[in-house]
Amino acid sequence: MAKVIYKFGDDISTDIIYPGRYMATVLPDETPQYAFDDIKELNKILTGSKVPEGSIIVAGKNFGTGSSREQAVSTLKGHELVIIAKSFARIFYQNSVNLGLRIIICPDIDAEPGDELEITDGKVINRTQHKEFEIIPHSKTRQKIIEAGGLIAYTRRRLLEKEV
Amino acid sequence: MGQTLVQKILAKASGRDKVEVGDIVEPAVSLAMSHENAALVMNQFYEIYKGANLEPKIWDSSKIAIIFDHRVPAESAKTATNQKLIRAFVREQGIMKFHDIRGDKMGICHQILPEYGYVRPGTVVVGTDSHTTSHGALGAFAFGIGATEMASVWVLGTVLNVPVPATIKVLAHGQFRKNVYPKDLILHLIGLVTNKGANYKVFEFHGDAIKNMPTSGRLTICNMAVEAGATAGIVPPDEETINYLRNIAGVTDDIELVLPDEDAKYDHVIDIDVSALEPQIARPHAVDNVTSIDGISGLKVDQIVIGSCTNGRLDDIKVAADIVKGKKIADGVRLLVFPASGRIYREAMEKGYLMDLMEAGAVIANPGCGPCLGIHQGALGDGERALSTTNRNFKGRMGNPDSEVYLCSPAVAAASALTGVITKPNEEK
Ligand code: SF4
Repeated sequence: MAKVIYKFGDDISTDIIYPGRYMATVLPDETPQYAFDDIKELNKILTGSKVPEGSIIVAGKNFGTGSSREQAVSTLKGHELVIIAKSFARIFYQNSVNLGLRIIICPDIDAEPGDELEITDGKVINRTQHKEFEIIPHSKTRQKIIEAGGLIAYTRRRLLEKEV
Repeated sequence: MGQTLVQKILAKASGRDKVEVGDIVEPAVSLAMSHENAALVMNQFYEIYKGANLEPKIWDSSKIAIIFDHRVPAESAKTATNQKLIRAFVREQGIMKFHDIRGDKMGICHQILPEYGYVRPGTVVVGTDSHTTSHGALGAFAFGIGATEMASVWVLGTVLNVPVPATIKVLAHGQFRKNVYPKDLILHLIGLVTNKGANYKVFEFHGDAIKNMPTSGRLTICNMAVEAGATAGIVPPDEETINYLRNIAGVTDDIELVLPDEDAKYDHVIDIDVSALEPQIARPHAVDNVTSIDGISGLKVDQIVIGSCTNGRLDDIKVAADIVKGKKIADGVRLLVFPASGRIYREAMEKGYLMDLMEAGAVIANPGCGPCLGIHQGALGDGERALSTTNRNFKGRMGNPDSEVYLCSPAVAAASALTGVITKPNEEK
């Protein structure tokens, strides 16, 4: 069970998640401080008091639209957030799988900040509002990367297979 | 049933006769491009090798391109240090397609790739930049990926897990009116389908308006395909493509033209009569917030930007120079011009375009991304409004969340520079 800490509408861009002016900062460990830097109240929540691991951000359609910048994923991964959205933009989706950010595609999700959600294999259960929503599972090939612990580990395995 | 252009390219690159929409393939990559974010790719590349007990080695030194463009010359010590680390990596790995900060070879990655003949029709191109879609202009399947995925490409030479996308056929026919350009066509299309209307799909551009379009215009429309959510935009290669590759890019080896089948199956068809188009403007803070210029002319602007991988090419600079030649830009407006490459800069200088622009009051900056992504060279002040030929107007895009960016063609940008308000070309003073 985890709490929704923030709720967004549609089309949250990578510039909102991780403003372009911080793109000189590339190393994953250094990016979390700049998460949602232009939404001061949210940045404060994330960087100020420690939010518990697994805290949830809920969003509408097309979350992560815009640039290919991976900082938009590592900045959220750094806070160990879970993103539940109606849909995700393509590159952001792939980057999340690659870096091990937990993202959940849930086309009908309905939850407000403060709601307690439980995530099961196939469903998101809103314990506060007593509602359930179907999850669209990741493809098998994406699942393989997730299970390997991310793309770095997966590629390393492929590399070693190639060498033998 | 026949195959679309992207299906044919993906089948070929994955060693198959045929692929169906939704198949997951692992195509061989012909060109893998990064810019300053190669610093992160390198980090992830070393991570992959860490623990593998092997000497870190890229798969093919001739197929990786690294181009410094986003922050040139470096705007901070941090960037300068990243660039320094990348240079050392380029030397260590023998990367052949490297464009450092030097006037004769630099430029925005999406201009350097076509200009140097690095992109070929029928191939798979990936870049750690969402506007890698640009290279569909030359008939390649070109799309953006993240840095870790690029590190994986550097190691394996293939992209993992590419779902074969459905293709939307865009049929653009008719002749553009005077002062209406490919930029207006693509803005109109994005307005029509919305910023997610083509998510996970591809635009394949057809019709006589495309046939008659120079490669520079095709680069503009493919560049912005991603703003409708498309994985890629692509133009079936033709005479113009060969002409560009031979005469501008200086390609001498064989060029193979891969074309879509006549009976290819498309997701749907969008028909656009370009002769009915007026200049288009995308309003803040979304690229699909598009209107015809008539709905918005007269709005005051503080800064005008001509440049970027969308509209910083010689044709674009010529259009702008012709409009401002012999005139002066309005008081209170800043006109910033960023030629997309060193070569374009030189040619625009030789042809006198830069002189015309400068005499009118423009600031001519060095080739590169400029203020497009809000890092340096032209950030906006609080409450300011920019009119720009770039491709994104997200909140904060030009470095200040308390500012606005409107997108337009170079003709509208130049006409508006003369008046200080959004102005339809030909109606300036
Ligand atoms: S000009 Fe702008 S959109 Fe194009 S590559 Fe540079 S930052 Fe990206």
